[in-house]
Amino acid sequence: FMQTSPAPKKARVTVTFIRHDGKRLQIQGKEGDSLLDVVVNNDLDLEGFGACEGTLACSTCHLIFKKEDYDRLPDRPSDEELDMLDLAYGLSDTSRLGCQVVLTKDMEGLEVQVPSGTSDARGS
Amino acid sequence: LCRFTTPVRCHTIIQCAVVGSGPAGMYCAQRLLKGLERVKIDIYESLPVPFGLVRYGVAPDHPEVKNVTNTFTSILSEDRVEFCGNIHIGKDVRTKMLQEAYHIVILSHGADAERVLGIPGESTAKNVISAREFVGWYNGLPQNRCMQNKLDLECEEAVIVGIGNVALDVSRILLSPIDLLAETDITEESLEVLKKSKIRRLTLLARRGPLQVAFTIKEFREMTKIPDVLTIFDQPEMVSSLQSVIPDLPRPRKRLMDLMLQTSKATVPAAKKEFHIRFLHSPTSFNVDEDGKLCSVTCAINELHPETKKVLSTSSQNTIMGGLAMRSIGYQAIPLESELPFDVHQGIYKHQVGRLEGMPGTYCCGWVQTGPEGVILSTMSNAFALSGTILKDLKSMRIEEKPGLDIVKNYLSAQGHPVVSFEGWRKIDAEEQRRGKAKGKPREKMTDVGEMIQIAI
Ligand SMILES: Cc1cc2nc3c(=O)[nH]c(=O)nc-3n(C[C@H](O)[C@H](O)[C@H](O)COP(=O)(O)OP(=O)(O)OC[C@H]3O[C@@H](n4cnc5c(N)ncnc54)[C@H](O)[C@@H]3O)c2cc1C
Ligand code: FES
Repeated sequence: FMQTSPAPKKARVTVTFIRHDGKRLQIQGKEGDSLLDVVVNNDLDLEGFGACEGTLACSTCHLIFKKEDYDRLPDRPSDEELDMLDLAYGLSDTSRLGCQVVLTKDMEGLEVQVPSGTSDARGS
Repeated sequence: LCRFTTPVRCHTIIQCAVVGSGPAGMYCAQRLLKGLERVKIDIYESLPVPFGLVRYGVAPDHPEVKNVTNTFTSILSEDRVEFCGNIHIGKDVRTKMLQEAYHIVILSHGADAERVLGIPGESTAKNVISAREFVGWYNGLPQNRCMQNKLDLECEEAVIVGIGNVALDVSRILLSPIDLLAETDITEESLEVLKKSKIRRLTLLARRGPLQVAFTIKEFREMTKIPDVLTIFDQPEMVSSLQSVIPDLPRPRKRLMDLMLQTSKATVPAAKKEFHIRFLHSPTSFNVDEDGKLCSVTCAINELHPETKKVLSTSSQNTIMGGLAMRSIGYQAIPLESELPFDVHQGIYKHQVGRLEGMPGTYCCGWVQTGPEGVILSTMSNAFALSGTILKDLKSMRIEEKPGLDIVKNYLSAQGHPVVSFEGWRKIDAEEQRRGKAKGKPREKMTDVGEMIQIAI
């Protein structure tokens, strides 16, 4: 038999990206979107972010989570994600690649750090 | 004339020349466009086509890596940016001309040469080639076309000297099932030769030990996953001896060593092809048969100084059989012109955080600044840092009107020298995609500069 119900409406989730210069970018993402989608859809000012367009080939979408948020993420990183993360600058124990983390309703209020894309602060 | 506090306020257009359209040049352009309102950025490229090693280095079976060209394309389509292809700086146009016509000149022309071993047989034995040429050939680099005439894959054993990512790229191309390669943008010419390859045993030779490998884990994991190819460490005891040091290594190294250890322990059934890794071997000669063709490689066995980890040669030798050898020990940058300050020893420009020594307004970026190491991410990081330096320098620079591209264009048109524009590249791009589509590939690259120019202009 068939049951007709309206397509479930995707929940909005508030996410804050904290840039390395301290600037906080707060936006609304959609449940089911990856954090890379959120950056792209909102045209966030994060230079160089997502160079390989979410295909696990660049690690420019590196994000650092708070420990409690990291532990709550539904999926553990795959070997392939960890392999790419190993090339990222400022790798931490709570690092993930933004293109691999998908928003869920209970991530409301999530805050993530966007590490500086540079290996050093020599540019003087 | 204007002297300004923030660059954005300047009324004069800042003229900026970028030499080389690889990641270094493109990411510099991106950052400068953002930091400067009134700026004109002309990107000079010796080939008629842009993107440097993203097009001509990155392996054809890594199309994801090339997604970055979408960003580069949107940079090139900006009004304040002009692509000037088919202009070889140093030959067609002198660097001095650029320095006079522009406020800012960024040298980001990559590493066009390569390191050599300097041992007997290297340049005389048939079938001893450089990985760089091989990469250029399968990727359609015009200068490496027709390499099939000097390459013979009809032997069963091959040797690769070097243990970085490029060595793994060429190994993967030599060992991968041909059907997988046929769907990529590898050139038809090289696909035909690879189809007939008889290579079933490939040995990578490393000067140093397992802890010093230069490849990254992603590339190594891929090797272990090629269908019907077995990865074998010829000295498994050297890998298993790592067990005790692994826990104390930084995470990236730890994960890589762990994977190597697991791979060395795995008992796997016989496979069609074998990929061997052999440590502490330094080739001392390439030996030939009566036809002058490579038959084996003699190596000195090394040991590592227990503390400094420096390579020490021992009196022992080993001979590895092989009918093909590739040298993959690193690319090398060369200066555009001998007048430019260049550190021959390090193979990079002499510079202070990217500012060329004794040449205010001229900068270097990417592999010509850092040396030929690292991935696009590291080149991007270098370009962003350099752009920051340039933006800072501009604040205290006296800015007078400069002619920029006009002078160069007038000069070149007087010589009858064709320049390929962004629109011209778009035509080449469309034609390549059209030719590829017919064969089920993303594109079929043109390898003839004359043909490219004809289509572009
Ligand atoms: C074989 C190989 C595979 C690689 N694979 C990967 C990978 O999978 N992933 C990854 O992240 N990184 C990879 N890399 C590294 C990456 O390609 C480099 O980090 C990056 O391309 C360096 O950028 P660049 O702009 O300094 O130099 P290049 O990319 O070399 O760009 C230099 C440009 O300058 C042009 N040029 C040279 N001389 C002149 C001249 N006289 N006048 C005008 N123009 C000139 C060249 O034609 C070229 O277009 C690979 C590198 C190699 C060699
Ligand atoms: S966007 Fe490249 S790895 Fe995530």
